[in-house]
Amino acid sequence: MALVELRNVSKIYRLGEEEIRALDDVTLDIEQGELISIIGPSGSGKSTLMHILGCLDSPTKGTIQLDGVMIHDASSRQLATIRNRKIGFVFQFFNLLPKLNVVQNVELPMIYSGVSGRERRARAMEALQMVDLANRAKHRPSQLSGGQQQRAAIARALVNNPRIVFADEPTGNLDSHTGEAILQLFRKLSQEGRTIVLVTHDPEIAAVTPRRIEIRDGKIAVKVDSTLAGLKNPGEPVPA
Amino acid sequence: MSEARFKPSPELLRHSSAQLGITVLAGMREIWAHKFRSLLTMLGIILGVSSLVAMSALVSGMEKGAKEALVAIGGLEKVRIEPQGLPIEQRHLSDQAVGITINDVAALERSAPLVTRLSPEMRLSATMTANGKSFRPWNCVGVWPAALEMNEHVIEHGRMFNEIDDELARSVCVIGTATRDELWGAPEKVGHEIIPVGETLYINGVPFTIIGMFEHYESERERKERLLASTQTETNQVQGVARRQNWGGKRRSNFVFYLKNATVYLPLNTVWMKFRSGASQFAIAYGGGGTRTISGTTGDPRLSGLEVKIATVDLLPEALQQIRNVLMHTHKRIEDFSFRTQEDWADQINTFIHNARLSGGLIAGISLLVGGIGIMNIMLASISERVREIGIRKSVGAATTDIFIQILVESVVIAILGGMTGLATSFALVHLISTFAPTDNAPIIQVTALAIAFGFSVLVGILAGIFPAFKAARLNPIQALRYE
Repeated sequence: MALVELRNVSKIYRLGEEEIRALDDVTLDIEQGELISIIGPSGSGKSTLMHILGCLDSPTKGTIQLDGVMIHDASSRQLATIRNRKIGFVFQFFNLLPKLNVVQNVELPMIYSGVSGRERRARAMEALQMVDLANRAKHRPSQLSGGQQQRAAIARALVNNPRIVFADEPTGNLDSHTGEAILQLFRKLSQEGRTIVLVTHDPEIAAVTPRRIEIRDGKIAVKVDSTLAGLKNPGEPVPA
Repeated sequence: MSEARFKPSPELLRHSSAQLGITVLAGMREIWAHKFRSLLTMLGIILGVSSLVAMSALVSGMEKGAKEALVAIGGLEKVRIEPQGLPIEQRHLSDQAVGITINDVAALERSAPLVTRLSPEMRLSATMTANGKSFRPWNCVGVWPAALEMNEHVIEHGRMFNEIDDELARSVCVIGTATRDELWGAPEKVGHEIIPVGETLYINGVPFTIIGMFEHYESERERKERLLASTQTETNQVQGVARRQNWGGKRRSNFVFYLKNATVYLPLNTVWMKFRSGASQFAIAYGGGGTRTISGTTGDPRLSGLEVKIATVDLLPEALQQIRNVLMHTHKRIEDFSFRTQEDWADQINTFIHNARLSGGLIAGISLLVGGIGIMNIMLASISERVREIGIRKSVGAATTDIFIQILVESVVIAILGGMTGLATSFALVHLISTFAPTDNAPIIQVTALAIAFGFSVLVGILAGIFPAFKAARLNPIQALRYE
């Protein structure tokens, strides 16, 4: 059983009379430990796909199973708990809280899972060490460089030990050198066995992942799979 | 493929109580980050709370002063019987109306068991002369010795006249401190207390011996001020100034206490014999003009009033009926008397206090409400600045209720800080009010008033926070994350 199983998922918005299919009948499996990229131009529906996979949004049609739990019709409270326990997010604009210092930012997910103060601090420092940022723990986000901020955001995404990490254009706001370092970090995390989904419009970035899915007009247009992982499921269309 | 539905296991349930401390800290941090803005917001609550407490303290002070005065004039059990014009249907009998006389006193003593004590009064319009000065006291009255207890008088120097003095119609009198102050000088002015016991006092030209003097009656506040002033004069070298201040302070003393100090008691029989019996002194006193006619040689036996004390306040209506029955008999069914009870006054005091409390509370309540609107306003501004923060918090796993509680806690923290500052400010405000607008009744800050004001400020904080918290909690995380 795959870690994530999407079956015929659609997301339909209505603008007056018009029906916009942001996602149109997408079926997709993500295996435990995979490093996968979702690419597509803006407006293709890749962000919608990531939001649905990341439990920030619910699909209009179809079923989703994450780590053995059906989530397509979960309540907002249940989705919040899943986001908290099983999912980590890394954003283009880092999205650290400016009023908190780095270690407090990293502690944030654990506050909502009710971890005690001492354990929180210990685990946050551990996560910061993982991204090599422990020496900046007491700094404010504004005192850090872009690469450091993104590493802090990655530490925050990892701190609750999630089953899957989503990174939405994680290098989009960084210079190419720093971006390369961040991608290296993701690769390292993948080698440690974490499941990582990179969402990007940049084919060069997508090239670092063994498996790539290209989204166009809400549908999976191209699948490139160097690992052949995608062929395991008979329900999927043959790679183009 | 398993069809397992999502079920929150106990392990996944949040420990909300542990989170509350962090949420309060986050709220404090948020307030600290916008110090000036938060202070302005709190100002509404501060003013509301402090005005509520100050208002309550002022009214409590007034209430206490009024009750003190009520006790000073003899309490609720006292009923005064006064002569009154006849009702219209009895006007033709006015020639036969006897008025309140000593006979009524005897009759009430015998026949009205609910009356425990009686004090007839014969009022005298008198001018006191002694020491080369003269003075018209408010209340110069011929009484029985029982009047001392009836009117809560206390003799400080000398003695009260007794039954023998009354029986023999001796020319003795007991004076209050106001008479002493006017004729011999107040202790504050002279520097030491003059006790004129044994001195001769001319009342309407008739010499009387002062055999006693009442203590100086004053409200608690006046007493404190006087003691303070006297300790200050001891340490102060500039004594004259301090005394003058004190004298000035005494002038605006409580009216009830002033009137009580301006009392002169004479034996009832003395007043009757010397001033009402048509004897020559009466003519001398009012002499010169000869225009005034004296009512016969038998004199005028009528009393100017009769004070009775009844057994208990609970039986007041019954006691009044008893007195009425007896008096209607002795007055040949002519109703030429009326009752005055302190209860009317007590009722008036209570009504006044109630109204003052209500109107003050209303004003303070409105200012608290305005403070609450201020909090709501600032919370709405704050959440629209923090849409992105709310999105981030939701993306890392904050549930709708977590955000709701966070915003609500912030609002309540502002209200609590404002409330506590308001309580502190209220002490200063009360002090300020009593310095700038001195009354006889020192404001009393009550613990219940503090608690109520604080409770209201917290309530206002909660109410003001609900709508902004609801609005923040409902934000869609995707849109909130995209928000610039």
